[in-house]
Amino acid sequence: MPSLPPGVNRKDFQDAISQFQAAVGKEWVFTSDEDIDLYRDSYSPFWNEPEDPMPSAALAPDGVEQVQQIVRIANKYRIPLWTVSTGKNLAYGGSAPRLSGSVVLDLKRMNRILEVNDRNHYALVEPGVSYFDLYRYTQEKGLNVFIDAPDPGWGSPVGNTLDRGGGHTPLRDHFSTLCGMEVVLTSGDVVRTGMGALPNSHTWQQYKYGFGPYVDGIFTQSNYGIVTKMGVWLYPMPEMRFTGTVSVPKHDDLIPMVDTLSYLMNSNIVLGTTSIASSLRARARDPELIALRSKPGGATTPELEEYLRGKNLPYWSIELPFYGPTEVVPAQWAFAKRKFSAIPGVQFRDGASNKLPPSPEDLAKVANPVPLGVPSLAIFSALGTNGVGHIDFSPITPMTGEAVFEMMDVFDKVSNEMGIDNVLSVIAGTYYPRSFFFLFTFPIVHDVEKNRKTRAAFKRLVEVGAEHGWGEYRTHLAFMDDVANAYSFNNHALLRLHETLKDALDPNGILAPGKSGIWPKHMRKRRV
Amino acid sequence: MAETYEKAARMSRTCLLIALLLPLSGRAFAEEPQAERGREVYQKWCTPCHGTGLGKPGTSAAAAHGVKPAVLEQRTDLTPKMIETAVRKGVYFMPRFRKTEISNADLAAIIAYLAHK
Repeated sequence: MPSLPPGVNRKDFQDAISQFQAAVGKEWVFTSDEDIDLYRDSYSPFWNEPEDPMPSAALAPDGVEQVQQIVRIANKYRIPLWTVSTGKNLAYGGSAPRLSGSVVLDLKRMNRILEVNDRNHYALVEPGVSYFDLYRYTQEKGLNVFIDAPDPGWGSPVGNTLDRGGGHTPLRDHFSTLCGMEVVLTSGDVVRTGMGALPNSHTWQQYKYGFGPYVDGIFTQSNYGIVTKMGVWLYPMPEMRFTGTVSVPKHDDLIPMVDTLSYLMNSNIVLGTTSIASSLRARARDPELIALRSKPGGATTPELEEYLRGKNLPYWSIELPFYGPTEVVPAQWAFAKRKFSAIPGVQFRDGASNKLPPSPEDLAKVANPVPLGVPSLAIFSALGTNGVGHIDFSPITPMTGEAVFEMMDVFDKVSNEMGIDNVLSVIAGTYYPRSFFFLFTFPIVHDVEKNRKTRAAFKRLVEVGAEHGWGEYRTHLAFMDDVANAYSFNNHALLRLHETLKDALDPNGILAPGKSGIWPKHMRKRRV
Repeated sequence: MAETYEKAARMSRTCLLIALLLPLSGRAFAEEPQAERGREVYQKWCTPCHGTGLGKPGTSAAAAHGVKPAVLEQRTDLTPKMIETAVRKGVYFMPRFRKTEISNADLAAIIAYLAHK
């Protein structure tokens, strides 16, 4: 029998379940062990441990009115609700709650694409719509829009935007594409933000801000309301995508290389996700390199440069993505080459060139079509064939070469201390504008001891990152308190503000207790 | 609870091993309409990972484990139990699928489709 929500007795829980059934229909209230098991985190770092979070039930409403009824019932019985959209937030908790005993509010059935406009390039969707669904819809209707999907396409524009996820193309910072939302508050009241608050407006998805305080941000990575509709901006279909690779021979070349990258990205010339590639990282398991590094005193920078020169390899390289008109993209690449040419010894290589939208023949030749605007699950190919999951440590770091040196040095030391492998890490990605994004992937396995070691290493990385001013942009359920705790300026003033908002908007603390380290007042002692 | 999970995981692994090692002779009988519905559900939910061509991690993982053929639709040895266990318990990186994603009726249709081939 599933566990009860904390502080709720069995009779009240059963009464609440009966009322939930009346609200959404019996078949959409899941209470059996077998059904509830489907909501556990498939990639849980607590596999086979008692801390693995389990819901007490799950509810699947089909519309905003049912969501209103659910929050009213939950408020009456003080039932904690944990909302998921498509429930595929894998590596961050999947469809599992932060607090065991929560009732999962599964919005997958709310999967209506309400509008896709290819004259002004936006979509209005419900939470259960996946990127695959949206792509199929635009293909079937022949719409002139380009979708930026995160790596796995089974997530939803609503859920990924609310978790401030990122993609690969010009509109990769998904929060920046948010334009208007509908939110059910814990009172059951329905709020529309921005121009959606103006009853006769036709600009809900065209102007973000409306009038007065801009509140959309407080409903992201938070537990203040349940988002039931969202507008997202889409990109007009570009004519082409092209990649060109820039390579430099010396260690210190990274500094001007990143400065130039920053200039090009902030000028909207390079428009997409890329990352710094290190030939040394790629060859970390080469016995010759291992021997060089193992000699007394370690390898010097000139020795490493010489090693790479002998292999005809650059020290650093970066693949630049360009999107745009066929006349403009070659000019952008030419301009980028001119800017990078200030670095002695720089080399350039033309990469893939794809017309957009890609033809079926072109798609068949591409291992991962996400940068071409086509949602996919290809990313899972990068995770090997024997693992059962992964979690990611992903701090935001400055976009400078000096910061990359420091970050690699610090994280390599922690990796060595903790005995963890960092070969899968992305050193400095541009999933978001203006900063770098480090991605350290930990495999999750069905081995309690190994997962404990992974959790300890993860927590250590959070601590060390915070000491250097590098904070995570998003994290797995298991580390939400740790990460929130690291954002500690002025005696945790930001977290205290979050808690003030929590107490005002959700006085009974029924929405997603513990999300992003924000606990309701009666559970606040749980905070680290 | 942990015991239940361990048991489920063990069952999942066992079924995968069966899938790898034991071509089964039995085939579920399926009526055409259900198989056709199953094809549609399969295309939506399974093809992104288990289809043909590049960027299909389920197919490449099966190939890496020596499963032949690696594309699920080309298999003739899949039993209803194996398919149900994979969908509801997950296998390796493949997570569980909830009933709001793949309903029991959808799952039956997938089984009919794969068994009908």
